[in-house]
Amino acid sequence: MRTITYRDALREAIREEMLRDERVFIMGEDIAGYGGTYAVTKGLYEEFGEKRVRDTPLAEEVITGVAIGAALGGLRPILELMTINFSLLASDLLVNSAAKMRYMFGGQPSVPFVVRMPSGGGAQRAAQHSQLFETWYAHIPGLKVVMPATPYDVKGMLKAAVRDPDPVLFIEHELLYNVKGEVPDEGVEYTVPLDRGEVKRPGEDITIITFSRMLHISLQAAEDLAKEGIEAEVIDLRSIRPIDIDLLVDSVKKTNRVVIAEEGWKYYGTGQGLAALIYEHAFDYMDAPIQHVTGADVPMPYSKVLERAALPKKSDIVDAAKAIVPAALVRS
Amino acid sequence: MAISNATLAGLTRTELLEMHYKMALVRRFEEKSAEEYTRGKIGGFMHLYIGQEAVGVGSITALRPEDKILCSYREHGHALAKGMDPGAVMAELFGKITGCSKGKGGSMHMWSNELGIYGGNGIVAAQMPIAAGVAFAAHYQGQDTVIACYFGDGAVDEGAFHESLNLASVWKLPVVYICENNQYSMGMAVGKAWAVDSLLPRAAAYNIPGDQIDGMDIIAVYESMKQAVEHARNGDGPTLLEIKTYRFRGHSMTDPAYYRTREEEQQWRTTRDPIGIFEKKLLENGLATQAEFDENDAMATQVSEDAAEFADNSPDPALEELYTDVMVDNSTALTYRYERK
Repeated sequence: MRTITYRDALREAIREEMLRDERVFIMGEDIAGYGGTYAVTKGLYEEFGEKRVRDTPLAEEVITGVAIGAALGGLRPILELMTINFSLLASDLLVNSAAKMRYMFGGQPSVPFVVRMPSGGGAQRAAQHSQLFETWYAHIPGLKVVMPATPYDVKGMLKAAVRDPDPVLFIEHELLYNVKGEVPDEGVEYTVPLDRGEVKRPGEDITIITFSRMLHISLQAAEDLAKEGIEAEVIDLRSIRPIDIDLLVDSVKKTNRVVIAEEGWKYYGTGQGLAALIYEHAFDYMDAPIQHVTGADVPMPYSKVLERAALPKKSDIVDAAKAIVPAALVRS
Repeated sequence: MAISNATLAGLTRTELLEMHYKMALVRRFEEKSAEEYTRGKIGGFMHLYIGQEAVGVGSITALRPEDKILCSYREHGHALAKGMDPGAVMAELFGKITGCSKGKGGSMHMWSNELGIYGGNGIVAAQMPIAAGVAFAAHYQGQDTVIACYFGDGAVDEGAFHESLNLASVWKLPVVYICENNQYSMGMAVGKAWAVDSLLPRAAAYNIPGDQIDGMDIIAVYESMKQAVEHARNGDGPTLLEIKTYRFRGHSMTDPAYYRTREEEQQWRTTRDPIGIFEKKLLENGLATQAEFDENDAMATQVSEDAAEFADNSPDPALEELYTDVMVDNSTALTYRYERK
């Protein structure tokens, strides 16, 4: 297989879906002439024109409403919000309209649209441009929330999201756009389901549950642990809502130990929700308390030194794993 | 009195009488709803449309059946005017499975794909961006459908109002934005909330046509709406209508309306009743008789009674309905997946 970037994989997914289905169009701030803030949509305006690649005013509330309305009107919109930080201006429409309409109107409408938005820190963008809000949206029944981490998954899941009949929040990560990975040739059809995690590295001794950019750091941590005789199983959640609980429980039954590694804040977040679910569904298989590696509980600082200190590191995961794997279990 | 074959605003006698009937239906239906609310058959919030009948009926008369409407939470009247079965509206108020939203929405959330009724919204002004999107979809697919979006004077204070008018103007979307200025956003008098006392400068600010209309005159509403709809259908973009009206009841069923005087209310009810004004106009033009009005009113009363009886006799939703309709494929809804095996 060829190797391409996460960014190119996204662009291919959008392009292939637009070629496949006339109803698919993309809209957002600076996605046409500018090519997208993270250059994801570069070249699409030239290929598809203004009708299907639409620049919008800087008005997150109305453009989100337009995407919802366009979906109600029979189209398959892909809305790019410049970052998830700005989605709070659109959150009323996401939470109070998109997530509710099917239910509160007795199953009559469906809202098949995708909101793509980058998230995350690590590029010295300071407090208002470094956040992850997947945990806020994943709390809401009626939404799907996915956070693919690899070029293969991001392409397959975006294609699946465009075809999905429900609203999908498709959360990317700023620092993943240049990550490379194997992806089938352009035009080779595949999708990745929106409701399944995946074991990215099998192991017997401990389960590391993670998603988005932390997957890559977790895989590096697993290599370090292997050198010390601990075989970690790394699970990429891929989807935050719905959660593939069965996959997690199966792994916990095998390893009996869990580290949850996420970039976001600790309290009331995705990881704590996962921990509660694991205790609920697999308590009898647990041999140690769940360890939780997270970002620091502070607004993201600008200083390079402070930002590095705020983000979870490989060594944090290694230390967390070693804290709950007894010496007797470590292979020599 | 001799019945004339003349027309009013290009409307035939049959059409005019139909408009009269619909106004009477909305009035009687809302009175019946209030009665059932008082009896405890209807719960939650309920916002009555009494006094504003000319706005919904007059403007919807200017639409084609395939045109779509989006509304605020005060939308029983619009749903009825667009042709929704009164039984389905009342059953929704009663929270019954036969309601237009299966009893899951209630007073604020009426929907019909077939009739192009795209919902009442409990979030003030949320319908405005969504209406722009529905209009965009029509435009994108080359349909000449027009979208009518209704909201109150309170929605004008929301950011969504401004963002929507701007985008609809820039993209020339086939949408008519209809502000039903009933003078109060809940208890807040419009004069205390608006920096300018008219929407005309706001329409001008977004480079779209605007019109200010007496909302108690159904013919004036119809004529202005007709022009706005044509403008949209011709691809010339949105219009902002400010229709001045008055709700004869409180904001909702629990509002005693302490913020305005009983004299003010009485003044509107006795001198500005939209049904009375319309009847007078029809009589003066020799287009209808009092007997026809009485017949319409009797039918409206009967239909409202029947709707309440239908609602009362309808079953509640089965408990299984609690978990349906969360997602299109409910196996992706978490409770369904993990707790109902």
